[in-house]
Amino acid sequence: MIHQYKLGGRNIILDTCSGSVHITDDVAYDIIALYKDKSEEEITGEILLKHRDVTKEDIAECIRDIRALETEGRLFTPDVYGDLAWDFKDSGGVIKALCLHVSHTCNLNCSYCFASQGKYSGQRALMSFEVGKRALDFLVENSGTRTNLEVDFFGGEPLMNWDVVKRLVEYARTLEEPRGKKFRFTLTTNGVLIDDDVIEFSNREMSNVVLSLDGRPETHDRLRKDYTGKGSYDVIVPKFKRFAQARGGKDYYIRGTFTHLNTDFTADIFHMADLGFTELSMEPVVCAPSDPFALTREDLPVLLEQYDILAAEMIKRKKNGKGFTFYHYMLDVERGPCIYKRVSGCGSGTEYMAVTPWGELFPCHQFVGEAEYSLGNIWEGVKNTQKQEEFRRCNAYTRPECRDCWAKLYCAGGCAANAYHAAGDISGVYQYGCELFKKRIECALLLKVAEAED
Amino acid sequence: KRIKTVITGDINGSVKNGGCGECQTSCQSACKTSVANQKCENKKRVSSK
Repeated sequence: MIHQYKLGGRNIILDTCSGSVHITDDVAYDIIALYKDKSEEEITGEILLKHRDVTKEDIAECIRDIRALETEGRLFTPDVYGDLAWDFKDSGGVIKALCLHVSHTCNLNCSYCFASQGKYSGQRALMSFEVGKRALDFLVENSGTRTNLEVDFFGGEPLMNWDVVKRLVEYARTLEEPRGKKFRFTLTTNGVLIDDDVIEFSNREMSNVVLSLDGRPETHDRLRKDYTGKGSYDVIVPKFKRFAQARGGKDYYIRGTFTHLNTDFTADIFHMADLGFTELSMEPVVCAPSDPFALTREDLPVLLEQYDILAAEMIKRKKNGKGFTFYHYMLDVERGPCIYKRVSGCGSGTEYMAVTPWGELFPCHQFVGEAEYSLGNIWEGVKNTQKQEEFRRCNAYTRPECRDCWAKLYCAGGCAANAYHAAGDISGVYQYGCELFKKRIECALLLKVAEAED
Repeated sequence: KRIKTVITGDINGSVKNGGCGECQTSCQSACKTSVANQKCENKKRVSSK
């Protein structure tokens, strides 16, 4: 399977199942489009009609080149990966990553919060050290032969339970050598409580920090307010600058959310870059369709164009020595994830789970608070094996809509939570998200092509 | 030459030597909302290219 498209003045061909990328002239672009459905004679006839300046021999030579690439496994590579997900996901109940909800409360009152201001539709709560410690033991006990284990401190606002976070990190470090494990910690924060202690400890222990900033002051303060109704931009931006600088300008992400109210979100990304931040991420809002800031069908063409604008500006800024990283355009095309990972996805509900402040297990942070998705707890393990089996069966090949999609080895069939919220079923499809995702991959590949040309 | 290969991918090559499971869970990386951006961390993976 291939995907061919025109963007940024280039004709780009992605060979979906090998990951190879080619650029072509207009003649080859048209020949490749016909190659699988027409005979050489038919292709020659059509191309001679459309391109007056080529000869039969030109066309024959191009077809020979296409055949050679096909033989080398770099074009029209067959899709033979359908069974691999079952092997990978049937890894004997191994768990390797936890999203630790150390705080189900928050010091901000953001109107679009998918976690209902940190409470996840439940009671305000902080995780005790004892529950967190048991969660880490549970992770180690269920990690099989995996060495790398990951824990994200999440909320609500995790800095509202900072002492417990620090004690849990210190406890986990004592498990590493005797158990042959390596913990990677990450922290997601709104920034309000960042101080010297948070910066110093995080720089020593957190492999990545995710800092929530929506962009321009008016964008950020419109929805990210405190409980007195005051925007948080002026409080957090100086702290984020200090934090990013102290981390040597790497291993952090400034992470924004765009909504129906700022469909011109590239202006917010450029604002982040102009503030001096270089590691950027901007995500579509997750909320009910009835919310005033929910993205609409009419927004879609605007958003797709924004991704094009972003790619063009990134190429320009890089040439001017002022480049920045956009998370979704960061593809490792030479190597990247192996096919097993590409087919099976993020591992939610199987190797990745969220833990609530009281030790309940959910498939991931976006399912917390959905009673039917409770999988069990950190003392007794996974009890709802039927629900877990649904997640085990989720992969790039189980959704009929994905079968012929060129992007399925990049999205792995998409996010189960997005599918659940959009289609009411984790094996459904969030079509709107698919459109955004595919555009992002097209733009990311354009950046890689531009890089290769340099 | 009308076709220029700018990237030689290794997805098909990873069938033989992928699947170690040591890579970072994608949702822990940055966005928490929506595998393309992952890095492979299998030190033993040998490219087929």
